[in-house]
Amino acid sequence: MEIFGVPLPALMGQLMLGLVSGSFYAMLSLGLAVIFGMLNIINFAHGALYMAGAFLAWMGLTYWGISYWWSLLLVPLAVGLIGVVIERTMLQWLYKLDHLYGLLLTFGLALVIEGLFRYQYGVSGLPYAIPDELSGALNLGFMFLPKYRAWIIGVSLTVCLATWFIIEKTQLGAYLRAATENPQLTQAFGINVPLMVMLTYGFGVGLAGFAGVLAAPAFQVSPLMGSNLIIVVFAVVVIGGMGSILGSILTGLGLGVIEGLTKVFYAEASSTVVFIIMAIVLLLRPAGLFGKEK
Amino acid sequence: MTDKRILLAYLALLVALLAAPLVLYPVLVMKILCFALFACAFNLLLGYTGLLSFGHAAFLGSAAYVTGHVLKAWAWPTELGLLAGTLAAAALGWVFGVLAIRRSGIYFAMVTLALAQMVYFIFIQAPFTGGEDGLQGVPRGYLFGVIDLADDRNLYYVVLTICVGAFWLIQRTIHSPFGQILKAIRENEARVVSLGYDVAKYKLLAFVLSAGLAGLAGATKTLVFKFATLTDAHWHASGEVVLMTLLGGMGTIFGPVVGASVIVTLQNELADKVGSLVTVIMGGIFVLCVLAFRRGIVGEAAALYRRMVGR
Repeated sequence: MEIFGVPLPALMGQLMLGLVSGSFYAMLSLGLAVIFGMLNIINFAHGALYMAGAFLAWMGLTYWGISYWWSLLLVPLAVGLIGVVIERTMLQWLYKLDHLYGLLLTFGLALVIEGLFRYQYGVSGLPYAIPDELSGALNLGFMFLPKYRAWIIGVSLTVCLATWFIIEKTQLGAYLRAATENPQLTQAFGINVPLMVMLTYGFGVGLAGFAGVLAAPAFQVSPLMGSNLIIVVFAVVVIGGMGSILGSILTGLGLGVIEGLTKVFYAEASSTVVFIIMAIVLLLRPAGLFGKEK
Repeated sequence: MTDKRILLAYLALLVALLAAPLVLYPVLVMKILCFALFACAFNLLLGYTGLLSFGHAAFLGSAAYVTGHVLKAWAWPTELGLLAGTLAAAALGWVFGVLAIRRSGIYFAMVTLALAQMVYFIFIQAPFTGGEDGLQGVPRGYLFGVIDLADDRNLYYVVLTICVGAFWLIQRTIHSPFGQILKAIRENEARVVSLGYDVAKYKLLAFVLSAGLAGLAGATKTLVFKFATLTDAHWHASGEVVLMTLLGGMGTIFGPVVGASVIVTLQNELADKVGSLVTVIMGGIFVLCVLAFRRGIVGEAAALYRRMVGR
């Protein structure tokens, strides 16, 4: 069977790949949005910490025999801890300044983190084996679906929706939203806002670390994997706007799918299509699809 | 400082630059000059208009490629090649500007970064850029058909003239009524709007001017090194120009020049010794500047001078 002259399995395959990259866009742009809401900082180091997450998983397996499953739990905690240290030692001094300084500081951090891994491991990618439980493929009749791709999409969707649930539907989330809206007043009600800011940053970058572990078996583990991704994620954030959590998730997934389909129909444009969409959105709806005009 | 002393300082600097190739390796000084011009062009936007562009590498890179291409493939005269590169960058700046000024603050930075990345991807695929190898063996040619630029000494004085001319233009722009409005936009955009100025138009003009001058830096750089590569268009270059301006002192006239000199010299000295750790050091300087040193070298020096003189 063919659709627009493209065999169905090839089309579905690219669609799945698009959903896989969309899952990463969604997880990372979600983290960026949560951090921006609370800290008013665009975390340029997000990509570098995602890369660090993948490397920590690789190092864990290679040096200490820590399995993929343990990494999935431990690495986000470790990256989150790094985030807490960054927030306490550096970011907290910037809240009163122009937002641009936060971007510049985290840009510097991204250079440091990326540079260190590059110095140690070079730029060529390192392989990370897919865990046995998730290797192989499912036969869906019309296509073969590699289990690991299905796993990425399922897990990242679960994590994204859980984050949405925590922020929109729980007590903790209500505090968080209150602190985003008006930190002074929230503090006056006896809620420890600086602590929440610190934990928010830790959670946001922990999410990036989690995405890094998920990415390790899917792509090669390389020091450059983060910076290439984060710039696309910035475009995703501009397209979606950072006002809405579900908006971030939907925009991320949607753009991943569009990118995947572009690979099928006009491969030359697949690396630029997200940026072109960003330009169109800026012309038609400058605040972003889910953003509010300020 | 009195005007007379400022004038004297300028003259001393000019004499030093004129004599520099007698002491220093001219190619290194030319590299510093190109990056100083790049940083000054960038500072026009960040320091004087308050717009942080994270995509200026696109202008440096596209001008470098356009100049390289017309000189090499089409054998244009050198001066037309420089002009073509500059105009191409200014045109690209217009496209970027129209899109980016629709958002402000942090989004402006992200939009410019994303657009520059798109340009980078286009350069990777475009046939005329030579992909990963870059555009090699660009002929320097003769300026106005008479001055042989293959000689480093001759080229040095041409580059110096270009950079001093551009610096003078930036200086004039800052002190013109147009520049005053840019500074007003930086300080309080809403008020400038309420005074009846078309802020978007001023921002766009500043962006195009900054992009064109960044392009002039890129075009000149191609002439100096005889090649244009992807490095010029990479986001690292966008970050470097931010660092130069921040380190030197944003919003100061000489800050970017000082910042560019320090960074280029540092990279030149360190490249052989620590290899890829250079990036780590650059990142470290970035962090340090933001945390403790936001006025930059020139800004701190000026503040110190004011304190010593007593307000």
